[in-house]
Amino acid sequence: MTTSAFVTEATEPDFYHVRTKHKGILAWVLSTDHKRIGILYLVTMAFFFLTAVLLGLLMRLEMLTPGKTIVEPQAYNTFFTLHGIMMIFLFIIPGLPAVFGNFMMPILIGAKDVFFPRLNLLSWWLFLIGGILALVSVFLPGGAADTGWTFYVPYSVRTTTNVLPALLAAFTLGFSSILTGLNFITTIHRMRAPGMSWFRMPLFVWSLYATAWIQVLATPIVGITLLLVSLERLFGVGIFDPALGGDPVLYQHLFWIYSHPAVYIMILPGLGVVSEILPVFARRTIFGYKFIAYSSLAIAFVGSLVWAHHMFTVGMSNTGVFVFSFLTFLVSIPSAIKVFNWIATLYKGSIEVEVPLLFILSFIAQFCIGGFTGLMLGTLAINIHVQDTYFVVGHFHYVMFGGTGFGLFAAMHYWYPKMFGRMYKKGPAVLSWLLLTIGFNVLYFPFFVMGYLGMPRRYYDYLPEFQTSHQISTLGSWILIVGLVIMIANLLISLRKGRRAEANPWGGETLEWKVPSPPPLENFHEIPVITTGPYDYSKYERVVQEAK
Amino acid sequence: MTSGAAAVAQGHGHRDDVGAKLGMWLFLFTELILFGGMFIVYAVYRFSHPTEFHVAATELDTLVGTINTIILLTSSLTVAMSITAIQKGNKWLSFTLVGFTVMLALAFLVNKYFEWGHKFEVGLYPGSAILLNKPPGEILYFGLYYVMTGLHALHVIIGVVVLAGMMMFIAKDKITRHSYVRLEAGGLYWHLVDIIWIFLFPLFYLLH
Repeated sequence: MTTSAFVTEATEPDFYHVRTKHKGILAWVLSTDHKRIGILYLVTMAFFFLTAVLLGLLMRLEMLTPGKTIVEPQAYNTFFTLHGIMMIFLFIIPGLPAVFGNFMMPILIGAKDVFFPRLNLLSWWLFLIGGILALVSVFLPGGAADTGWTFYVPYSVRTTTNVLPALLAAFTLGFSSILTGLNFITTIHRMRAPGMSWFRMPLFVWSLYATAWIQVLATPIVGITLLLVSLERLFGVGIFDPALGGDPVLYQHLFWIYSHPAVYIMILPGLGVVSEILPVFARRTIFGYKFIAYSSLAIAFVGSLVWAHHMFTVGMSNTGVFVFSFLTFLVSIPSAIKVFNWIATLYKGSIEVEVPLLFILSFIAQFCIGGFTGLMLGTLAINIHVQDTYFVVGHFHYVMFGGTGFGLFAAMHYWYPKMFGRMYKKGPAVLSWLLLTIGFNVLYFPFFVMGYLGMPRRYYDYLPEFQTSHQISTLGSWILIVGLVIMIANLLISLRKGRRAEANPWGGETLEWKVPSPPPLENFHEIPVITTGPYDYSKYERVVQEAK
Repeated sequence: MTSGAAAVAQGHGHRDDVGAKLGMWLFLFTELILFGGMFIVYAVYRFSHPTEFHVAATELDTLVGTINTIILLTSSLTVAMSITAIQKGNKWLSFTLVGFTVMLALAFLVNKYFEWGHKFEVGLYPGSAILLNKPPGEILYFGLYYVMTGLHALHVIIGVVVLAGMMMFIAKDKITRHSYVRLEAGGLYWHLVDIIWIFLFPLFYLLH
């Protein structure tokens, strides 16, 4: 994509092997290099992810039979609370932006680092402290929080469990997220390489940009809301306590003013990863670049105005309910634009089936199911029927795990050679993809059926007629976990045993593939000059044309 | 910190004050939205309990509020003057002016301390028997009063720390007439603290 020469001197050491001021672990936890910080995030995030996966697995095991299977009801309550808090605040929200955004975004725009490197390190430290707080809340006397990740009042004010450390954890993680967003916006505005105009930016960067704005604009609201709940618990201020005149529904509004846009913080980078990876393996210029870029911003904007669709049953005015339902439907337009453009990109491409593409294909299918069930939930009549059932749980797992989770796995397999300088084995990777996809669908598809038949979410017990569905679902969780173990084992073993990766193993055209794998400390010897768009596959397209 | 990254951290080889200020403004947005959440809560409850808010507001001492407003406005002036001073290369004048700002901020806090202390003496604090006997609107009013002015006071304290850091930077020549973006950022933060008070003051002290 550029004309100027890229200096890929083999003599320059990669960022793992540069001389550092501190030694050992300090060379990592005090580093301001965006690549090292990205890897720090990857390691810490993987730890919290696996903890939350384990909790999810235990929950599925508990639901194998009605009544008690392995744990008591109170333990189940803390399981789903911690599963939610960890998956959302410690895995999905930081997942793609903090790991791959940190590592790749500066390289993708031709910069040597992010704009505020020290602030970047501070974000990671806040992330770590927040994660530790969340873990500590489990082991303090009083027991782990049992409110669900939404911390709904008045229960979150009344329960005697350790809600306070959990609230503090979420607050700290929110602060970390804000700082990352602020850093990314400034970096994208000020540090693009010469010639890298807005519409020559890779689409992953566009999605990070839209995400960063939501992080900056929405997170403070949840910050103040969680702070208010803390003060309510500590001093009985009365703002959310109905006994003192406060209004619990106001809490729900404030919570979802952040937490719905947060859903887009979670999914937008995933959509960006799809747009980034598809053209590489379709060997085609992405279809409708500008539409995809703008649709990210449109999702970020409209997505900020739909929060009350989580609250259709709290007794809002009919006008309010109609407006929020209508706006919810609007979000489907930019989302559908993306899906159509992806399909159009694949059409008549010279498709090369590699592992990242497989994960992306699962993403698109699962995201569509998640999206369509989202439309059903936005429909007022259906929403009353399925509110707070497994249908909702199925919906957001299809979007969050089936979408963003698989997007993250795709990104992992796509950028792995660049990040670690090794190739993973293709066979086990394909097997893990297959098991993950099958396991995922067997696990979560029955949720739709159960939810539609009336199985309420967060219940410890269930009626006998739901048992078959619950057992199929639990079986799915076992398939999923096998796939996950194979995937992680393959990636870990390849760190040492994998063959060395060349600079550009996939034939990508974006900037990260023009620097060595792994990249040197300052990424570019000389800042590149950009002359074309990011996905220039015209040479392949010409070949296809001539073949006809 | 790697040696190269340290160089990067110093300003990516070239300085970009515009970008640094962009980052600061984004941070200020997040602060505004943080308080925005509180203002929404205030608006909702004022709308649902107008007369009780009215009655409760008469308990507040307008004179103390006015004095604190004057103190904060003056402190915004001194911090702005300190930037002009450093631009003209007058290091110690700039240092003194930031010092003035810190003194004024401390005066604000002392005032606030006595104001809150008085409220506690007459039994107007969350959870007190006297307050719990009042109608819900007044309980909410004082709940909001403590949370919002308390959160603001916390920002004043952070501001004092930031400004003290600026004094240190000026003394050590880290802030000079050629490189004063840090002082500008610190000043911006202090103006934010000021402007939030400009909204808190009428909402609590004057609307009755």
